[in-house]
Amino acid sequence: MSNIIEVKNLTKKFKDLTAVDNISFNVKKGEIFGFLGPNGAGKSTTIKMLTTLLNPTSGEITLNGHDPVHEANAVRHSFGIVFQDPSLDDELTAYENMEFHGVLYNLPKKIRKQRIEELLKFVELWDRRDSLVKQYSGGMKRRLEIARGLMHCPKILFLDEPTLGLDPQTRNHMWNYIQEHNKSEGITVFFTTHYMEEAERNAQRLAIIDHGKIIASGTAEELKKQTGKATLEDAFLALTGDKIREEEGSSLDKIRSMRRRWTGNQR
Amino acid sequence: MIGSLAQPLLFLVSLGYGFGHVFQQAGQGNYMNFLAPGIIAMSIIFSAIFMGMEIIWDRQFGFLKETLVAPVSRMNIMIGRTLGGATVATMQGIIVFFVSMIAGFTPYSWALVPFAFLVMILVSVMFTALGTMVASFLDDMHGFQMIMNFLVMPLFFMSGALFPLDGLPTVIATIARFDPLSYGVDAFRTLLINTSHFGLGIDILVLSVITFIFLTLGSYFFSKIQI
Repeated sequence: MSNIIEVKNLTKKFKDLTAVDNISFNVKKGEIFGFLGPNGAGKSTTIKMLTTLLNPTSGEITLNGHDPVHEANAVRHSFGIVFQDPSLDDELTAYENMEFHGVLYNLPKKIRKQRIEELLKFVELWDRRDSLVKQYSGGMKRRLEIARGLMHCPKILFLDEPTLGLDPQTRNHMWNYIQEHNKSEGITVFFTTHYMEEAERNAQRLAIIDHGKIIASGTAEELKKQTGKATLEDAFLALTGDKIREEEGSSLDKIRSMRRRWTGNQR
Repeated sequence: MIGSLAQPLLFLVSLGYGFGHVFQQAGQGNYMNFLAPGIIAMSIIFSAIFMGMEIIWDRQFGFLKETLVAPVSRMNIMIGRTLGGATVATMQGIIVFFVSMIAGFTPYSWALVPFAFLVMILVSVMFTALGTMVASFLDDMHGFQMIMNFLVMPLFFMSGALFPLDGLPTVIATIARFDPLSYGVDAFRTLLINTSHFGLGIDILVLSVITFIFLTLGSYFFSKIQI
C-alpha cells in the first residue's frame, strides 16, 4: 500500500516559537490516521501546512503526489476538510452551501446536483436541505460540513477535532459515515482529537506529537504495549506527561469566547 | 440594513435642520442640500469598511476558510468579496439618497443622478478594498475598534462631508486634500448640487487611481493571509 501523505523533516517557526520541529511521518492510502497531542503540540499547525493554509519554514510535504507549496490547487482538489470551527455560511440554506462548494471546486452542474442529493441523504439532512444553516444545531452543522467536504470526491478527508461538543448519538453517526465512506470509497481519513476512546476505536494508525516533535507512532495496540498501559488514554498520558500545559490565550481563543457570548454558546 | 440607516438619518435631521439657519445666514445657501451628499458618503464609507472588515470574523468562523482551502486563486476571492461588499455599501448610499430627499434634499439635475450612482460604486469599491486590506493584517476584533476610531472617523470628518472646504485653516485644508473621501464627497456635490471644490475631473481621477492602488494592495495582502 502506498503512502498518500509523506512528510519529511517538516519544520514551522513563528518568530521565536518553533511550533513544528523536524517531524516526519507517512499516511498510507485508505487508512484512518489519528494525529494526537496535547494543546499547543503543533497539531493544528501541521494540518494547516498539509492543507495549504500555511507555508512550512523547511521540509517536504507530498500529498497525493503533489507539493502544497508549489502545486497548491492540485493539492486542494485532493482533500476535503472539516475545520474545528464551523465554516459554513449561516445566511444560506444547506443546499446553497453545498452548491457553493460545488461551484468553488468546478464541479459540472449535473454532477453537483447528483452529489448534493447523494451526500445530504448520506448524512441524513436531505429533509432539511432548504433550512437556513443558522437554524441548524451544532451536530447538524458538522454533518453538513462532512457532506460538503466529500462533495468533490477527495482522496483525503481532514477532520480537526470532528466531534468536539457533540452528543454521543451524533458522534456515533458521524464515525459511522466516515467508516462507511472509508470502506466503500477507500478515502484516507486524517483526524485529530482529544477523545482517546474515539481515537482508539477508529484509528488504524496513530502518531502522537508533543512540543512540535513526534514522540510515538504506530497502532493503538503497539502504543499500549510500548508503555505497558491498558488504554490508549493512559498510554498517551504516560508519553506526554500528565502536567497541564501552560498556555496563553491566543487571539483565536479570544475570538471564540466572543463568539460564544454573542451567539449563545451554540457550536 | 434598516438599522444602519439610523445614523445617517440622525446626522441629516440634527445637523441639517440644526445648522440650516446658521449656514443660510453665513451666505452659503441651503445646508440640507449641502449636507446630503456628505451623509451619502458617510453611509458608504462606514458600510464599505465594515464589509471589508468582516473578514476578521470570517477568517475563523466563517466561510472564508472554506474559500481559502478551495482551488480558487486568492485574487479571485478578494475581488469577489470586495465586489460583494461594495454592492451592499452602494445600496446603502442609494437608500440614503432617497431618504435625504424626504428630509428636504433636492438634487440639482435628475439627469446627473445616475452618474452620482456610478461614483457611489467607485467610492464603495475603494473603501471595501481598503477594509479588506486592513483586515488582512488584523487577528481579532479589538483591532476593529482602533481602526474605526483612528482611521474611519478621521477620514469621514476631514472630508468636507459636513463643512465646506473653501476658506479652511491650512492644516485642515491639507488633511482634506489627502483624504480620499474628500474627492468622493466633492464628486457627489458636483453632480448633485452643482457645487465643486476640486473639480469633477480631478475627483474621478484621484478616486480611480486610489481605488486601483487599494485593490492591488488589498489583493497582495489578502493573498498573504495565513490562518
